[in-house]
Amino acid sequence: MKDKRVLVLAVIIGVAAIAGAIWYYQTLYRQEQRILTVSTTTSLYDTGLLEDAVGPAFREDTGTELHFIPKGTGAAIEDAKMGNSDLILVHAKSAEREFMEDGYGVNRKVIAYNFFTIVGPAEDPAGIQGMPPADALERIYEKRNEEDVVWASREDGSGTNVKEINLWESADLSYEEDVQGMEWYRGTGSGMGETLNFCDTADAYTLADMGTYLSYREKGLIDLEVLVDEGKELTNVYGVIPVNPEEYDRDFEGAMEFTKWLTSSEAQELIGEYGVEEFGRTLFHPAVEVLDGGKSADPEYSWLVEFGLIDGTECPEEYRYQASEYNIEFHEN
Amino acid sequence: MSLEFILEGIRRAIHLIITGDPLVMSIALRSIYVSGIATLIASVWSIPIGVSLGMYEFRGISFVRGLFNSLIGIPTVVLGLILYLLLVPRGPFGFLNLIYTPLGISIGQAILITPIVVSFTASAVESVETDVRELAITLGAGRLESTITVLKEGINGIILSIVSGFNRAIAELGIAMMIGGNILVTGSALNTRVLTTSIQMYTVRGEIGVAIALGIILLLIVFSISMILNLFRRDGR
Amino acid sequence: MKSISLEIEEGELLAFIGHNGSGKTTLLRILATLDTPTSGRYLYRGKEIDELYKLNKRVTLVFQKSTMFNSSVEENVAYGLKMRNFPKLEIEGKVSEALELVKMQDHAEKNAKDLSGGEQQRIALARAFVTDPELLLLDEPTANIDPGNAKIVERAIRKIVEDGNTTVAIATHTLFQARRLSERTAHLYDGEILEEGRTKELFENPRNEKTEKFISGELIF
Repeated sequence: MKDKRVLVLAVIIGVAAIAGAIWYYQTLYRQEQRILTVSTTTSLYDTGLLEDAVGPAFREDTGTELHFIPKGTGAAIEDAKMGNSDLILVHAKSAEREFMEDGYGVNRKVIAYNFFTIVGPAEDPAGIQGMPPADALERIYEKRNEEDVVWASREDGSGTNVKEINLWESADLSYEEDVQGMEWYRGTGSGMGETLNFCDTADAYTLADMGTYLSYREKGLIDLEVLVDEGKELTNVYGVIPVNPEEYDRDFEGAMEFTKWLTSSEAQELIGEYGVEEFGRTLFHPAVEVLDGGKSADPEYSWLVEFGLIDGTECPEEYRYQASEYNIEFHEN
Repeated sequence: MSLEFILEGIRRAIHLIITGDPLVMSIALRSIYVSGIATLIASVWSIPIGVSLGMYEFRGISFVRGLFNSLIGIPTVVLGLILYLLLVPRGPFGFLNLIYTPLGISIGQAILITPIVVSFTASAVESVETDVRELAITLGAGRLESTITVLKEGINGIILSIVSGFNRAIAELGIAMMIGGNILVTGSALNTRVLTTSIQMYTVRGEIGVAIALGIILLLIVFSISMILNLFRRDGR
Repeated sequence: MKSISLEIEEGELLAFIGHNGSGKTTLLRILATLDTPTSGRYLYRGKEIDELYKLNKRVTLVFQKSTMFNSSVEENVAYGLKMRNFPKLEIEGKVSEALELVKMQDHAEKNAKDLSGGEQQRIALARAFVTDPELLLLDEPTANIDPGNAKIVERAIRKIVEDGNTTVAIATHTLFQARRLSERTAHLYDGEILEEGRTKELFENPRNEKTEKFISGELIF
């Protein structure tokens, strides 16, 4: 029996030694290298903006490493609620509001926008090209029993999915009752890229953010066409929200630094120019100058107000945290 | 003809492998490291358990053996989810800061492959235990000596269990994804992008060439480790 | 096993004959202290033995089907000597001798698992007697091997007995073998010793009816 106890002890020491050494090394690295973990959406991440442009630029300026964890907006927010990240970078206003309401986020800033688009096969069996978004969805619903009319949805609680649900509503249809699970409906449960790939093979329609669509189109991965791209309802606004330091003890200062950096002219320019080299056109529009421009930047300004501001402001007062100490301001309409 | 893009992908893959593309290589090395540590940790605690299960008899031992056997095939996503809930800052083990780190993946994979190492080791030891044990004793071996001899005779099976464990670890996706986060920042020590997570990522992004290259490398690793260790096996037949 | 009363004399070669299942193996295992008797006493050189494995350094048992260690023939044979902490040089010498006796000296470096059944049995024998055990027990040593190998094994057994230091007990169901090798024979039947005595007499004038039938080949169990 005595050998047993020695053996058990040896095993415990062995495991502790191995894991402990690595754990120690990891912890040491964390102490020396500042790291910010950002929960973000796959649509934003898959364009490459974050990993290829924002991350390196921020690191060069401040020496901080940015770890992006892309999931669907819903999952990204859940991740932040579990305490896994220092801030979230998403594009779903209602979910963002809830995030702050539940006490997890503070000091929201709007940093960029682009447009959703309804894409589909070039043949456009439902004939929605050029229609306003609500009408287009109505038409698809009308033609739903036709053989080649298929609608794909990400069905993952992402910002895109949320926008999609809203659009169906504006067409007087309930996503849950009239659309989801129907014969002509396909829920992919996955990211934008995968959904686009799916639509390409299945000749289906879907709502896509312009950024991912363009990047996939440019790489020759999909043949889908932009069929509907006009209409303010298609405005897609990206917001950044640091995690509330009173909820989780994370690098709030770093998060604030990154937030402010994103709204700096340098970063805004970087965001605004991203994509030109690779895809021939930009994927994102910088939001700061539009907000600063006010009415003179209409119609974009009004769209941002309607779809990007919460209660007429970037961040409602009750969700602001030590704004003056961090020297941060929030646009109010 | 849809074969074209597959062939193109394979062409690109071979190019990446032959030129030793640094990105691809670094991902491969990271996979080996992370899963290697996982296998090391798992072996340290699993082999003693497996050996005990193979050598001793006690009431309920078949239940324990059966339990480990049934856990061999646990779906990695399920285990990944369980570990995620345990390791997030809000969870009970959040204070360990393991989420989205390489060590987190290693520990998760170590847990994943424990049933494999335990079961295979137990089988290996069990199959030699009675015969070799009595033989050794009749030839004059004492308690400890005969145990050592039994272990020596079972070593092939034990090596097989370790190799099997490693292969399962390096090839799994669920844990690496949920606990690791597929992070890649140049120069960071906390990168967690490994072969499986990057294969998925590149496939989704449509970069088939890179995905295939990584897939080929993963297969090569799994095959060659098995092959090399077979050479070192002290094989009688 | 039913009740048995038996005395084995030092230096002799005793054969147990009897059908399969008559208890030969069980008896040998008890003699080797691999099992303990459920009742009764085992006296070894006057001392009572009641502990498992107590005699493992003085009694060696060669099993009916021998397991080879996954190593060379030399290492297999040397095992018992290593367990007894013999010096390396002495081990080499003894191993050579033993291999010669079973005519396996040319196979010294081969992996023992690569040998044929008969060759393995020869190694098993060499392995067992190289340590000069006080009591050497053989369980059907030539049961499953070809005549060529069997002959070598029997010759070796005879030589061992001739050298005088080892007491040998051999379980066999081949009557001829018992006649050839042993001075005394005991007939085991259904866990009992029906008859025992000098081999020649037992075979020519068996007293027990069943023994007579067994010897004449009539007794089918």
